[in-house]
Amino acid sequence: MANDATYESYYVPTDSKLPIFASLGIFLTVFGMGNMLNEMKAGVDSSFGSWVLLIGGLVLAATLFVWFSKVIEENHAKLYSDQMNRSYVWGMSWFIFSEVMFFGAFFGALFYVRFFVVPWLGGEGNRVPSDYLFYPDFVGAWPMVDTPDPTRFPGAIEPMGWYGLPLVNTLLLVTSSFTVTLAHHGLNEGNRRKLVGWLALTVGLGIAFLICQVLEYQHAYAELGLTLTAGIYGTTFFMLTGFHGAHVTLGTFMLLVMLFRAMKGHFKPDDCFGFEAAAWYWHFVDVVWLGLFLFIYILGS
Amino acid sequence: MSAIIEEHHHDDHHHGPAKGLMRWVFTTNHKDIGTLYLWFSFAMFLLGGTFALVIRAELFQPGLQLVEPAFFNQMTTMHGLIMVFGAVMPAFVGLANWLVPMMIGAPDMALPRMNNYSFWILPFAFTMLASTLFMEGGGPNFGWTFYAPLSTDFAPPSVTYFIFAVHLMGISSIMGSINVVVTILNLRAPGMTLMQMPLFVWTWLITAYLLIAVMPVLAGVVTMMLMDIHFGTAFFNAGGGGDPVLFQHVFWFFGHPEVYIMILPAFGVVSAIIPTFARKRLFGYASMVYATSSIAFLSFIVWAHHMFTVGMPLAGELYFMYATMLIAVPTGVKVFNWVATMWQGSMTFETPMLFAIAFVILFTIGGLSGLMLSIAPADFQYQDTYFVVAHFHYVLVPGSIFSIMAAVYYWLPKWTGNMYDETLGKTHFWLSFVGVNVTFFPQHFIGLAGMPRRIPDYALQFADYNMVSSVGAFLFGFSQLLFLFIVIKCIKTGKKATAQVWEGAHGLEWTIPSPAPYHTFSHPDEVDLKEAHG
Repeated sequence: MANDATYESYYVPTDSKLPIFASLGIFLTVFGMGNMLNEMKAGVDSSFGSWVLLIGGLVLAATLFVWFSKVIEENHAKLYSDQMNRSYVWGMSWFIFSEVMFFGAFFGALFYVRFFVVPWLGGEGNRVPSDYLFYPDFVGAWPMVDTPDPTRFPGAIEPMGWYGLPLVNTLLLVTSSFTVTLAHHGLNEGNRRKLVGWLALTVGLGIAFLICQVLEYQHAYAELGLTLTAGIYGTTFFMLTGFHGAHVTLGTFMLLVMLFRAMKGHFKPDDCFGFEAAAWYWHFVDVVWLGLFLFIYILGS
Repeated sequence: MSAIIEEHHHDDHHHGPAKGLMRWVFTTNHKDIGTLYLWFSFAMFLLGGTFALVIRAELFQPGLQLVEPAFFNQMTTMHGLIMVFGAVMPAFVGLANWLVPMMIGAPDMALPRMNNYSFWILPFAFTMLASTLFMEGGGPNFGWTFYAPLSTDFAPPSVTYFIFAVHLMGISSIMGSINVVVTILNLRAPGMTLMQMPLFVWTWLITAYLLIAVMPVLAGVVTMMLMDIHFGTAFFNAGGGGDPVLFQHVFWFFGHPEVYIMILPAFGVVSAIIPTFARKRLFGYASMVYATSSIAFLSFIVWAHHMFTVGMPLAGELYFMYATMLIAVPTGVKVFNWVATMWQGSMTFETPMLFAIAFVILFTIGGLSGLMLSIAPADFQYQDTYFVVAHFHYVLVPGSIFSIMAAVYYWLPKWTGNMYDETLGKTHFWLSFVGVNVTFFPQHFIGLAGMPRRIPDYALQFADYNMVSSVGAFLFGFSQLLFLFIVIKCIKTGKKATAQVWEGAHGLEWTIPSPAPYHTFSHPDEVDLKEAHG
């Protein structure tokens, strides 16, 4: 075997109990959630669904914890070649691409509503007769504060502005993209203090963003009358910013885990896939926010 | 070659299969997982097929005989969902699992534990989906395309479980596709360039890309439904400023690429089989790659041809009509290449080749009716008639499903080490071929005559052809039990297969022994690239 050094052997893990528990966990999570939602809608109040949801969520979380720990362990045991690491890099990149497409569906819905549906409902285009018959008083405008059918969708008092909290949030997230890059520089220089410091600041900025978003939602509900059920403006506003907020939460959590790992000294300049994956995810979340800030807040209000 | 494989096979970090049932639950082996996908898919094929036979039994005669209209609706819905997401897609993923690593000289899929996760989500998802049939209010009854508001304001409560089942399928598909893409991009044997890959690998690379791009959009649209149903949002409600047509746009942005997800791997299978039995190299390999890529690209920009009658602006109608017609060009390139491959070849007609030739002919019929449907003004007449049903069943049954059967017959000796019974295989082919055409060909006529789809009763003038169609459906359905018997028989017994199996077969998978050892290509230097592609 003289040419051993010319190729890398690819580590194929043996049988694993993890995936079946993860499958069970995710199944119980969604089944419990479905049961809970259906009972809420039917006005039944047994807590069966919420218990199943809780158990499923715990099983899933525990399994993923063990799973990721095992991967880190295998990495420390030097089981992974460069080629294997490239698989993880590709895997994460394609996962982020799938997330882009998920947001694409909601952005697409926003654009379609804004540029086609609302003008049509207001009487433009070739659907005039039906829309005129159903909603003769409706005037198409964006942001849609008054809905065609206020009995079911009450509409809002005032749309959300871009000035104030949204602007603060933009500054927070853009800054955090820089701080996470500075942390990466610290990692590349082998300077753990720099890495941990900037990473901790990034996590802090993520949490600050989320707090601001909660305040913004409170403001929307309490003062602007802007709710999830207010009509399509509230729908697109809360669904897009809400899903983004969920992704910020996940991203912050990922960075927090990386912070603990950095403090334990897990990363080296040539061995830091976990950190890089979290950082890419963070940049992705940041870019989505810039899209939201432009299309929801600035052009939408 | 084989001596080297044997030697590596006993390396200490390689294990044979575990004993007992748990082997299948815990496995990370691409061949085991491929087998699981294929058996799961066959089980779903029989379940979805049973639903189809309920439909055809009810339609055997005009009037209502066997089932209530409400149950009929659940049958048409569940038949479509189970066949698309449970039978066709997992079958192709199973083939990818078995074949892609062997074709590119990789030791396994790139992310083997996630591979197991992708599979084992599916039985949970489909159990949940099927269980909706026993829930209060019945199962999903709004058609497999689940148009809002039928699937939101007017849906039975079980729609919530349907939504979450779709979420699970989506998660499974996305993880499975990421695995395929990463395997192909990162685990090819040293020296194998992209343009040396077998066409099946190419088609799966493109399919996986499509899946990663559109399954999240499906997740998005069912999430919008969930929000409209349970949280009072207004996505699909004009009263709140939304639009039911928005549902159709988002759904078909997923749905049209989905159509190609179900046919591109079939193109790959046929492109592997025809050269083998024509004993010629594939005609126009590079043009096949470019045609496949073009079809994938076009699939993103033609979705609204499913919605010509919803009241789009005229410019939209025209754009989507012409863009759709463009697809005929790369598809024509492919059909031309298959025929040119057979031209002057020394052809023999074993079962896989019979299925492959039937694929080329019958898929082309389905493609031509598709071209008819792409003409917007004509589509106003065809919309929601049995002509549409005939069209997409021609591309899906003698298209996708015939290619899956061809693939099973073609690679079964490699998987099991035994040859299947050729006489029984050919019998299965002819029964299926006759059954499929008797079932679906008359549906063109009743569709053109105006019979609407998804309705349990019909006017008397459609009676004869419906009866013929139902007879064909039962013939086709029960023929599949013969398929099951042939596969089981081949696993248990049969003439031992050689490594190459077929005289004209080329490709890395034919350089390893039959049955394929549990671990193959564990070391990259085992690969003989001269055999890489046919």
